[in-house]
Amino acid sequence: MIEIKNIAKSFGGRQILAGVSGTFKQGDTSLVIGSSGTGKSVLLKCMIGLVKPDSGEVLYDGRNFLESDLNEQKAIRREMGVLFQGSALFDSKTVLENVRFPLDMLTEQAESEKLDRAHECLRRVGLEAAADRMPSEISGGMKKRVGIARAIVLNPKYLFCDEPNSGLDPLTSIKIDQLISEITDEFQITTVVITHDMNSMMEIGEKIMFLYQGEKLWEGNSTTLTQSHVPELNEFINANKLIREMEK
Amino acid sequence: MSRLGSYFIFLGTLFRNPEKFRVYVSLILNECTNIGVGSIFIVALVNSFIGAVTCVQTAYNLTNPFVPKNIIALIVRDSSILELAPTLSCIVLAGKVGSNIASELGTMRITEQIDALEVMGINSSSYLVLPKVIASVLMFPLLVIMAGFLAILGGYIAGTLAGVISSEDYVSGLRFEYKPFGVTFALIKTVVFAFLISTISAYRGYNVRGGALEVGAASTAAVTNSCVAIVAADFILTQLLLT
Repeated sequence: MIEIKNIAKSFGGRQILAGVSGTFKQGDTSLVIGSSGTGKSVLLKCMIGLVKPDSGEVLYDGRNFLESDLNEQKAIRREMGVLFQGSALFDSKTVLENVRFPLDMLTEQAESEKLDRAHECLRRVGLEAAADRMPSEISGGMKKRVGIARAIVLNPKYLFCDEPNSGLDPLTSIKIDQLISEITDEFQITTVVITHDMNSMMEIGEKIMFLYQGEKLWEGNSTTLTQSHVPELNEFINANKLIREMEK
Repeated sequence: MSRLGSYFIFLGTLFRNPEKFRVYVSLILNECTNIGVGSIFIVALVNSFIGAVTCVQTAYNLTNPFVPKNIIALIVRDSSILELAPTLSCIVLAGKVGSNIASELGTMRITEQIDALEVMGINSSSYLVLPKVIASVLMFPLLVIMAGFLAILGGYIAGTLAGVISSEDYVSGLRFEYKPFGVTFALIKTVVFAFLISTISAYRGYNVRGGALEVGAASTAAVTNSCVAIVAADFILTQLLLT
């Protein structure tokens, strides 16, 4: 379980996050939604330690990540898997090398074990045939799947996905969402997904947190999403023509 | 001043919490190939021609019949070893290697590859930059040794083909009043230049914020800053070691 308490962050006097709190449970796919510029990605970066918040706490199963010493932070980081918005695959490495990279860097496993595990993860995301290809030779959807394979190769307890559907067609988006949801169930991971994709919200939103101008305005799930009385959330949802048509 | 301070802090991060030694070995070998082997052609070409031009121009300017011809070779030798091979080669390398380092790291930064390393708990600056610095410090002196040799050879070929100096005069000039410390001085300068080029370029690339435009700007800044650092260090080292 991940708990965030009063996370606040400003850049150059401009408040991006204004005391956001929430809980993300193990085995759930939790979504953080909101329009562009509301602080979703900054919140994610605060949670994974890429940005230091001005105040607040991030607790991983009770362990205070921000207060921990370097070794403890390293240990917690090794329990995280992150899928970045642009997949962040290493250009100079093949798909297989990308997936086995965390094993090479962070474990003392034998070569055969690492290779087996990397192939197993690629098989899990349906990309074993692309193992020897370079990231520049595969499509955006495939890159996302390789990113997922790399994120889960160390059996993480926490999985973070930053806009996993950006730049993908609706069908590929649904496949990526389903893959994230299946992996969360299968390995009982605590998954946090940053998105503004309506399909994702309806498809995998077991728990949804709505951010507006750096504040949490609403919390619920995909069933209660369309029944909220928060005007900002309704405006956000109704920007999607499909939802408007469905509501009619 | 604040940029200078953040450069020194950046240097500190290269050596803090390094990864396992075996990780660096293959990375350093790869970088040696990229930085060293990949630069042989341009360094060889530039220095051969510079040596040739130095020889012909010196001969053109030495019109006094009382000055022996072998002085031309002495001037080619000393200017090549002391200045042209180390400094000019390193300015060429600042353009080739420095811009490459800055743009590579800058691209990794804007495509979140550096963030991916950080999230894994890997010291990204040490993992990405230290092998480049070590490879530069190892390979640049080898390139400069080759550069010095080719500059003197270029002078010999140009001088003898143009008929401005005979083969015997050139060889005797090369042997005349030779001070071995010149080579040591050139290598000391090269090691300092290699460190400056690789770290300044890495600092510029690693700290890119924005997009493709900023990566281009960082690459340009890496080359110009490195060139300024080279000429400043050249003057300081010459003052310290040759006076």
